[in-house]
Amino acid sequence: MASLLIKNGRVIDPALSHDGVADVLIEDGVIVGIGKDLAVKQSAEVFDATGLIVAPGFIDMHVHLREPGFEHAETIESGARAAAAGGFTSIAPMPNTFPVNDSATVTSYIVEKARKHAVVNVWPIGAITKGSAGEELAAIGSMVNAGAVAISDDGRPVMNARVMRRAMEFARSFNIPVIDHCEDLHLSAGGDMHEGFESVRLGLRGIPGCSEDVMVARDILLAEVTGARYHVAHISAKHSVGMVAFAKSKGLSVTAETTPHHFSMTDSDMLPYDSHFKMKPPLRSHGDVDAVIDGVGNGAIDAIATDHAPHPGSEKMQEFEKCPFGILGLETALGVSFEHLLHPRKIGLKRLVELFTTGPARILGIPRGTLATGAAADVTIFSLDRGWTYDVNKSFSKSRNSPFDGKTFRGGPVATIVNGQVVWRASSTGGKE
Amino acid sequence: MRSGLLGIEGLAREEIQAILDRARDFQPKPDQGFRKLALLRGRMVVNLFFEASTRTRTSFEIAAKCLGADSVSITAQASSVSKGESLVDTLNTLAAMRPDAIIMRHAASGAPHFLQRHLETPIINAGDGTHEHPTQALLDARTILDRGTSLEGLRVAIIGDIAHSRVARSNAYLLSKYGAEIVLCGPASLLPPELKQIAPGVTLTTRMKEAIRDADVIMMLRVQLERQHEAAFPASEYFQFYGLRLEHLRLAKPDVIVMHPGPINRGREISSEVADSQRSVILNQVENGIAVRMAVLERVLSGVAAN
Repeated sequence: MASLLIKNGRVIDPALSHDGVADVLIEDGVIVGIGKDLAVKQSAEVFDATGLIVAPGFIDMHVHLREPGFEHAETIESGARAAAAGGFTSIAPMPNTFPVNDSATVTSYIVEKARKHAVVNVWPIGAITKGSAGEELAAIGSMVNAGAVAISDDGRPVMNARVMRRAMEFARSFNIPVIDHCEDLHLSAGGDMHEGFESVRLGLRGIPGCSEDVMVARDILLAEVTGARYHVAHISAKHSVGMVAFAKSKGLSVTAETTPHHFSMTDSDMLPYDSHFKMKPPLRSHGDVDAVIDGVGNGAIDAIATDHAPHPGSEKMQEFEKCPFGILGLETALGVSFEHLLHPRKIGLKRLVELFTTGPARILGIPRGTLATGAAADVTIFSLDRGWTYDVNKSFSKSRNSPFDGKTFRGGPVATIVNGQVVWRASSTGGKE
Repeated sequence: MRSGLLGIEGLAREEIQAILDRARDFQPKPDQGFRKLALLRGRMVVNLFFEASTRTRTSFEIAAKCLGADSVSITAQASSVSKGESLVDTLNTLAAMRPDAIIMRHAASGAPHFLQRHLETPIINAGDGTHEHPTQALLDARTILDRGTSLEGLRVAIIGDIAHSRVARSNAYLLSKYGAEIVLCGPASLLPPELKQIAPGVTLTTRMKEAIRDADVIMMLRVQLERQHEAAFPASEYFQFYGLRLEHLRLAKPDVIVMHPGPINRGREISSEVADSQRSVILNQVENGIAVRMAVLERVLSGVAAN
């Protein structure tokens, strides 16, 4: 029986309301106990976590692994390694692969690939509609049976409200959340960045905040009608945050995630015409960023997810309007969250851990996000003060499209443990291996 | 590294003034052609036009020739872009042939700015998407100054599809640096409210008569149908509400001048009567285009700005 003792760290588990220095004992991939003076075998491996935080394994409920179909940009293996290096033990890939994950066949393919090659847990998200074309419902039940934990037409939102209603109704049968990338494609058509002063100045077409808001509004109304579990992906606009808070106050089963880039940067932070700042939703205004940060603090927003979206250099080295949307996010999520939420005291440490653990675990309904006895031994060990610099050229991702290259951070992941195995450790210099 | 000319926004008033002053030296005497000079003999420029253009490309070519420089013109249809080469690779290839500058027009906003980050050869922006058209603003300023003494305090109405106009942006930046009053006017769907923060002295109105009242200069913009991704206004109503007609001129200052960057659409944004009136300086603009571009080429190729 393989056992691992994580010694003397500050163990924070919001699910157990635990916050204090303790040891965590793992045996055969399962948490055996938290405490002092645990009955440890002679043969146990010891991880000295003195001065570090020990938390349930972090979950990123929104990534793009590009496999199958776009393996030149990322694979399940490379994306999982990047996740581990970012402190994540679970990731949920969106279905916009080629072919689209709209059938049990593709879901099974992802599950199998992940079982063989991924160092972290992979929880696939299936498509809402066939080919994410927004018309005919995908084989939702079969995908759930094959391992899908949610459905979404991320990137190609369902524009037809009737189809969305039916999807929500059908998803209820399987008790899975419907995740929407909220963007009215008519309002955002042709847009390359947030609509505002900067887009006007740069002569780029805008993606207005209202293109997100009208879809959030529509979906919340449909969630009320259908009783579905509804989740807003990468929320970025002020009124959208307000509407999610309103839906929650009405007792609806509505949740939301935001991304590190949406609470750390505004449209005025982007380097002009630099595609490493081009993503959907776009970097928005100061007012939007403030609303997102407030939402993260007050519970309107339930989770932080990266929307890790690798694109090869050949696609990002073009005229701004030709470049695809999306940036890497897995390896910088903690660093950015510390710099913009924790260190400036916008939120406390317990809340931060919730946003990466119990928050996404509850939304996806996966048995993760806690160090409770008997739970799978997924653990994220991180530092709050170790300085490090992100070098995107050393990324585990196959792509290099990050606006955070060269940024220095105070605090970040130190070790990632999945099912009792240490799958990644920071180098002793404080940088990444 | 010598610097090119990407936009007006980042230029200091002194730099602009130097170009405008130098352009006057290059203006032809009445009833004469442009003088042929040898100031840039042995220099070479590449004209790279990814978007249709008659006047700007010809103007740059003549300007280069008047200064004794060699110029090569390439259009997108004839270039390797049509074989699927990326813009960066095309520019790197051309740069490897060692031109002294690349003059570039592209339909994507920021294309020259993006390329200049990867390229040593100075780039002169001959219009990028809906962003800037710096030499147009310079030639417009030269044309206004030819009729008056100063840009300071002038009231300039710019009317038309402001949202999609690189001419409007470059002119707003330039005129603002001189303390002019700039009134941007067009249908609300083509006049984003954020424009009023673009430069000091800019105001917005959707009412044409309000824009023209007491104006010293009226700049009409072409209704850019190729940049209209949707119907932002009923096309049939455009001339009625935003077309410049003779009766409008009575509202402006008596010596108002009417400008247009061309090509003009008679009967769409400007009536034939106005285009051909005494108040129109549209052809003076074209002529000044050469003088101003000579000044720009000289500045960029001789590296004056770098000192």
